[in-house]
Amino acid sequence: MDIKSMKNYLYWLYCQFELITCSYLMEPWEKLLFYTFNITMLVMISYTAYIFIPVHISTAFQFFLHLLGNQYENTVSIVK
Amino acid sequence: INHIVHNGGLYKRPFNEAFEETPMLVAVLTYVGYGVLTLFGYLRDFMRQWKIEKCQNAIEREEQKDFVPLYQDFENFYTRNLYMRIRDSWNRPICSVPGAKVDMMERVSHDYNWTFTYTGKVIKGIINMGSYNYLGFAQNSGTCQEAAAKALSQYGAGVCSTRQEMGNLDKHEELEKLVARFLGVESAMAYGMGFATNSMNIPALVGKGCLILSDELNHASLVLGARLSGATIRIFKHNNMQSLEKLLKDAIVHGQPRTRRPWKKILILVEGIYSMEGSIVRLPEVIALKKKYKSYLYLDEAHSIGALGPSGRGVVEYFGLNPEDVDVMMGTFTKSFGAAGGYIGGKKELIDYLRTYSHSAVYATSLSPPVVEQIITSMKCIMGEDGTTFGKECVQQLAENTRYFRRRLKEMGFIIYGNEDSPVVPLMLYMPAKIGAFGREMLKRNIGVVVVGFPATPIIESRARFCLSAAHTKEMLDTALKEIDEVGDLLQLKYSRHRLVPLLDRPFDETTYEETED
Repeated sequence: MDIKSMKNYLYWLYCQFELITCSYLMEPWEKLLFYTFNITMLVMISYTAYIFIPVHISTAFQFFLHLLGNQYENTVSIVK
Repeated sequence: INHIVHNGGLYKRPFNEAFEETPMLVAVLTYVGYGVLTLFGYLRDFMRQWKIEKCQNAIEREEQKDFVPLYQDFENFYTRNLYMRIRDSWNRPICSVPGAKVDMMERVSHDYNWTFTYTGKVIKGIINMGSYNYLGFAQNSGTCQEAAAKALSQYGAGVCSTRQEMGNLDKHEELEKLVARFLGVESAMAYGMGFATNSMNIPALVGKGCLILSDELNHASLVLGARLSGATIRIFKHNNMQSLEKLLKDAIVHGQPRTRRPWKKILILVEGIYSMEGSIVRLPEVIALKKKYKSYLYLDEAHSIGALGPSGRGVVEYFGLNPEDVDVMMGTFTKSFGAAGGYIGGKKELIDYLRTYSHSAVYATSLSPPVVEQIITSMKCIMGEDGTTFGKECVQQLAENTRYFRRRLKEMGFIIYGNEDSPVVPLMLYMPAKIGAFGREMLKRNIGVVVVGFPATPIIESRARFCLSAAHTKEMLDTALKEIDEVGDLLQLKYSRHRLVPLLDRPFDETTYEETED
């Protein structure tokens, strides 16, 4: 029963997507074109995110650590 | 959201009108939808231009290709690429009298709405929420139909002349006296077509050197009449009395644009009920302004005659005002009387002038006799002169239906525009795909609705318009509401962010009218 209601919910979500982007009104070949374009863009963006986001985050983290690290050392030396 | 206007005691009853704002997310998504459709429209136009796809719409002939292009503006682009996709919701052929239930011929399209074929099947018993049948006089049996059949056998169907030549029947005189008595004016005149009443009589009343102040959302007939007259037209914001007062002050202070002479006449054009918004004009304030600035008022009661007021005499009775304050009272017989045609009522000198100078009286054929008889019978029925209380019950039933339907829809969470008392109920859809989907889904569930999009409404504010009728029983309304609820959940149309507290299930009596919520 849970799988069935889940499938119904997913089908309802797909219908909402169709209505909002007006692919409900398109002929089949237009729908094919539209979905191909969308899925291609989505795959490319997610691949880019997968490759580049960890590198960006670790670089940013190191940069901030370096910045904060220096500051911490300076304040510690003054207190001493 | 209830706006109770206290304007120096001009209003004797609360004036509840609400136009909820479009939610930001819905507006953005609507533009996204239109953007996608526009891109695909350009693609299809490209393919049609380069002969990749067969061109099924109208194009110029080869010899005309070097002239000014006929089909390149936005309206034609919209028609080719957006309207054609959802065209099956309009022009549906019906094959029975358009009462509370109607029969419709089924049709299918095999090439995406460019052509239709009939399957031969007739869908029976569709609940009709689209016909302007406010008091339920669209019938093919009963006293009105018998009287019309008698008139048909006595006079025939055609009049074969204009009103001024040989087309003035004694039935027309009887009708005009009756209309004048119904409205409470001195005299009235009836014309064959409601649209022609407006567009042909405004040029007879005003001309060059006069000023017309017309509401933003006036009907095409009023706009056409105003343009044909040659007068200067200024537009005030919809139902906005501050805007109207500012325009009146400017007109009187500055006069005509170049010569600064005073205007010959100032005519204010308003409608009783605006059919796309469901709003009622603020008549007490308009009349107060008109008296203060000494201008004239032309009231188009096409949708409000018979539908408003305790005895169905229109928006003037609804507000408890004097009919003599309105200079020109115009209306149509199409909506509440189940016939066709229009009328103008006012002072005797005005109507006598119009009998001679109106284009419609001189050139247009007069009303057909069975139609006149239908109007006479139905009007007598509404006034109660045929000896029964049928008319009064119809008016009360319409008011009950209106209140009930509007309250239930608001409780469900839809965005409904307009005044609480107007029998025209616009339900907002916004997105273009939902226009087509709503029409089709409701037809699948045996309910016929009218959906409206651009260019009759602003481009993001497309809506479904329900016209309630006294012929709808409570069971029919409940069925319709259940289906609307279901379709609303399926298509996610419940955008409203203000929820009304649902009333307890009480019988509908006088006290339920007075409740308001904050």
